[in-house]
Amino acid sequence: MTDRVSWTVALLAIAVAVVGLSERPAMAQATLDNKSEAKAESPPVEEAETEPKPGNPPQPPSDVTAIDRPDDAGTGIIVKWSLSPDDVAKVDEGQTRKVIRYEILRQVDGQDDFTLAGEANFQKSSFNDLKCDPNSSYIYQVVAVENEDSKSTPAAAATEVSPVMQWWDTRRTWFLVILLMVCGAVIQFIRLARAGRSLKVRKIAGLEAVNEAVGRATEMGRSCLFIPGILDINDMQTVAGITVLSRVAGLAAEYGASLEVPTSRSLVMTTARETVQAAYLGAGRPDAYNEDNIYYLTDEQFGYVAGVTGTMVRDKPAACFYMGAFFAESLILAETGNSIGAIQVAGTAMPSQLPFFVAACDYTLIGEEFFAASAYLSGEEHQLGSLKGQDVGKMIGVTLVVVGCLVASLASLSGGDNALHDVVSFLTDNVLGDKGFLP
Amino acid sequence: MKRTVPLVIAAVTGFILIASYFIPYAQSWGEEAMIWFDILAAIAFVLGGGNLLKMHLQKISNRRAGWGFSIVTISAFLITLFIGLSKMGVNPAEKFPEWSWSGDYLQEGGGFKWMYDFIYLPLAATMFSLLAFYIASAAFRAFRAKNTEALILLGTAFIVLFGRTYAGIYVSQPIIDGLASITGAEVESLMSLRLDRITSTITQVFILAGNRAITIGIALGIVSLSLKVLMGVDRSYLGSEE
Repeated sequence: MTDRVSWTVALLAIAVAVVGLSERPAMAQATLDNKSEAKAESPPVEEAETEPKPGNPPQPPSDVTAIDRPDDAGTGIIVKWSLSPDDVAKVDEGQTRKVIRYEILRQVDGQDDFTLAGEANFQKSSFNDLKCDPNSSYIYQVVAVENEDSKSTPAAAATEVSPVMQWWDTRRTWFLVILLMVCGAVIQFIRLARAGRSLKVRKIAGLEAVNEAVGRATEMGRSCLFIPGILDINDMQTVAGITVLSRVAGLAAEYGASLEVPTSRSLVMTTARETVQAAYLGAGRPDAYNEDNIYYLTDEQFGYVAGVTGTMVRDKPAACFYMGAFFAESLILAETGNSIGAIQVAGTAMPSQLPFFVAACDYTLIGEEFFAASAYLSGEEHQLGSLKGQDVGKMIGVTLVVVGCLVASLASLSGGDNALHDVVSFLTDNVLGDKGFLP
Repeated sequence: MKRTVPLVIAAVTGFILIASYFIPYAQSWGEEAMIWFDILAAIAFVLGGGNLLKMHLQKISNRRAGWGFSIVTISAFLITLFIGLSKMGVNPAEKFPEWSWSGDYLQEGGGFKWMYDFIYLPLAATMFSLLAFYIASAAFRAFRAKNTEALILLGTAFIVLFGRTYAGIYVSQPIIDGLASITGAEVESLMSLRLDRITSTITQVFILAGNRAITIGIALGIVSLSLKVLMGVDRSYLGSEE
């Protein structure tokens, strides 16, 4: 009965997957997607009839001001104005817009000519000029435009302005405060651990299984396969994967198991070779190290998948480790590993791929567990200290979230504008938002 | 020495780039560092290509399992390399019509673009399409109603899958209308029970909350690991001292 229900859901899953695949951001299409996103982000230009109406130009905007853009390296000026009276929010049906855009002109260092600095759409009343020089001064004019032959008289800013370089990005102050607290806690706990204080770390089943997986491969006389993700060594997940590889290689050397590491990046291959060689040396088995077991396949996502799955099917490794950054290939790899009966341990910080690994692997390291793997497997007290430091960060996060929820609930219950709403705005915009805990 | 020098370089560069995040003048340094990394990665690609040739030639030479695929791999690698480097079928750029090599290698009608469009893309799409079948087999295992937790997972998955289709609305709307007529409540007040709305609540409240918790954990993990790497507490990635 349960199998029948499961099959029904599985068939539904296929249907949804087939529809959903077209929406899934594949790595292979990432570049194209980015380009189309960039296009989508550009301000929409309304199709407007632009027949010339000589002698009846739009009225100019007013109150033009130009100020230094804060928190930059002296390269930006913000120009603001009040909309032209002819720039209405909504035009009647059959009517055309009198103002379709604004032209922002600037004069540099008192030179005679005003040149075009940029354009803003109708109903926009500000413009960021980001191509300024901190050693120059600028005077701005704004012109309302109906079409090339119908422009308002320029409205000028009263004073000239020079951009100023700031030495500190004040928008990121809260982020720095939280970062310093977390880093301070990590360093402090590492020091405490080095001083001999015993630290208790909960058991992580996925990491406990690493020993078991390598041991099983040894007993079966088959190899272990380690996949360090498909991103390059500049990605933190790949670095985390390599640190885990170091421990897995140490175990493989100790047990006398064979370890194979196909990589999709040349730099990852060279790093992995160094790491594995060091691990074999550390285990006292430098003779067992074979650099040909760590090899490069291809940078291409699905070419790499084809190569790795081919190896899996032919060699039938007894243990598969997936530690790094994965995209659409995660399930293809894990399901192939499952089909050959390998014991599988996965770890990634890609939330969208975690469900696939959970479904197909025996053990999955979720997010932070993956980054804790190296410290956990090393068993060194001072490395375990860093995990305790992370807990302090979590405590800060939980406290902020709980306080934020309470204040937001109280603000919602109290209704109207009051200080509680200001506190909520401050928390969401600064401490908890993109300027603080979630940059 | 072999570990100390890279460690010092990593630490100095890392801390400078962290500081640059907070200083407007230096905020572009990270992007410039990435350009340097790209140059390094491009040079390292030669290592990768060399290793690919070596491995597959060895495999063919030793007649190891799957050596036939190695012939295909090497042939594809060399043919693609030749067509790409020689810009076969590419017309000269308009600015330099006398230089046959001046055209873009990805030009429409060129050999490389043809191979990309008609060989690489279909192959990649084929591999990607396999996901549909793998999702089905993984879903079959994941949704087995073996215990209470699995039953909850199965129920939730059913609601989300069904709620994402028109059938979800088609089936649940009459139920809501019926409920409204039985209870005397307004239909609008019961709309939150429609499957597509329940699906939205599940994805935007429960799943989002879980995702954020995971994201915060990941961020803290990255901070901690980065700090360990920069301070030299974790040196396992640096390799051998010898």
